[in-house]
Amino acid sequence: MNEPRIRFENAAKSYGSLTVLDNPETACNEKVMNEPMVRFENVTKRYGALTVLDELNLDIARNEKVCIIGPSGSGKTTVLRMLMTLEQIQGGVIWVDGEPLTHMQKNGHLVPASDRHLRRVRSKIGMVFQHFNLFPHMTALQNCMEAPVSVLGLPKKQAEERAAELLDMVGLSDKRNHFPIQLSGGQKQRVAIARALAMRPKVMLFDEVTSALDPELIGEVLNVIRKLGAEHDLTMLMVTHQMGFAKEFSDRVCFFYGGKIVEQGPPDQLLGNPQNERTRQFLSAVLEAR
Amino acid sequence: MSKWDWSYVWEALPYLYRGAIVTVQATVLSFAIALVLGLIIALIRQSPNRYVSTAMTEVVEFIRSTPLLLQVFFVYFVGPQFGILIPAWTAGISMLGIHYAAYCSEVYRAGILAVEEGQWEACTALNLSRIRTWRTIILPQAIPPIVPALGNYFVGMFKETPILAAIAILEMLQQAKIFGANNYRYTEAIVMVGFFFLVFSLAASAIVQSVSIWLNRRYRLQ
Repeated sequence: MNEPRIRFENAAKSYGSLTVLDNPETACNEKVMNEPMVRFENVTKRYGALTVLDELNLDIARNEKVCIIGPSGSGKTTVLRMLMTLEQIQGGVIWVDGEPLTHMQKNGHLVPASDRHLRRVRSKIGMVFQHFNLFPHMTALQNCMEAPVSVLGLPKKQAEERAAELLDMVGLSDKRNHFPIQLSGGQKQRVAIARALAMRPKVMLFDEVTSALDPELIGEVLNVIRKLGAEHDLTMLMVTHQMGFAKEFSDRVCFFYGGKIVEQGPPDQLLGNPQNERTRQFLSAVLEAR
Repeated sequence: MSKWDWSYVWEALPYLYRGAIVTVQATVLSFAIALVLGLIIALIRQSPNRYVSTAMTEVVEFIRSTPLLLQVFFVYFVGPQFGILIPAWTAGISMLGIHYAAYCSEVYRAGILAVEEGQWEACTALNLSRIRTWRTIILPQAIPPIVPALGNYFVGMFKETPILAAIAILEMLQQAKIFGANNYRYTEAIVMVGFFFLVFSLAASAIVQSVSIWLNRRYRLQ
């Protein structure tokens, strides 16, 4: 029974010289594979008396692509921000890759996480923001090198190679030495994606990444995300208003309303044949706006 | 006796030269203290510990709300009564520096608060350490835009250095006064001091402006 069902022996996976899996001699048994990558367990978020999220329970499997939709104020962005530790939670536990995120285990109890623990678990998560948040005083290349050098301790040369490779992947190899102000919105967002990927996260969060873009620039960003999903083993969690993209890209769509998941399911089912009244109202309002 | 006599101008020059050196030294040293200490104060005020930041805010408020002259007198004249003997030069420079550090800290704070919240969030998402976040992301964006405001305090402080005369530091205006008293003739010396202050202030403003332009270009901030 202790014999693992699946064993990776010296497995390696590369895309060009970008190594995704580097000889992990770890045996992956069924339990680990079945364990969710992210688990929200009774997570509650409050601002003063206002409850934004009420005892949220949500599991996201390894490599699963989940889209979160819902009206503004429904708490959908808060889900991502809590996972990125940009918001404190008032109740419950968030688990990432089998470990509590803002807590740590001590004598069988959960206590608030130390800074070290928080940073270690957080390193598994990357995030792309609606307003890019690129560092304006650094070139595209420097934006992608900063964290690998200072956090992972990568030598400059290696970090530069990695950054160049990622910029190549998002189709911006000719913009390496451009500053954010010299780039279009779509280009900025692609640099932001490359910057997050440079840290080799296991989970990628996309917070309305196309909402601040001109309509004709949305496609180039979505294409990059599509490519990421197809070529990399990444768990992706995405807040979006692009219903068409959600339908084609995701494994599951969650509809948030009033701080709760009102309905969730495969995109065809949820977007094509919603069961809940609120979901129907929301979808018809969104489709009408087109 | 004519109203303006060039011979007094030449005679006063050595006095004023000695005074000018003291004035410039005092300004540069005090401002260096103000720049460094002001930044430290601003960073302490951003501390997540509310007691620490509030205490620092109160100290800044106290320094800003009492006259510089009183602070200088306090250190120089009251200090010795408690056995704290500080030479005039040290007392003058450090009080001038500390007083202006309080003002500069406010300027730094404005610069820091003007950096977008999203920059902090990106640093958290990339797992940058606190020190690294400040050093390579926040301060390079916060400081270039506030260089002109800091420069104003530089020129302002320069013009306040005659206060040092009150604790017997022979800066330029005091030298002019001594020269005037010795010769019963004030016009030339006082006018020349005024002229020097004007020239130095204009030169300092020009330097500040070019530093500002260079920094903004270096960090691509518009």
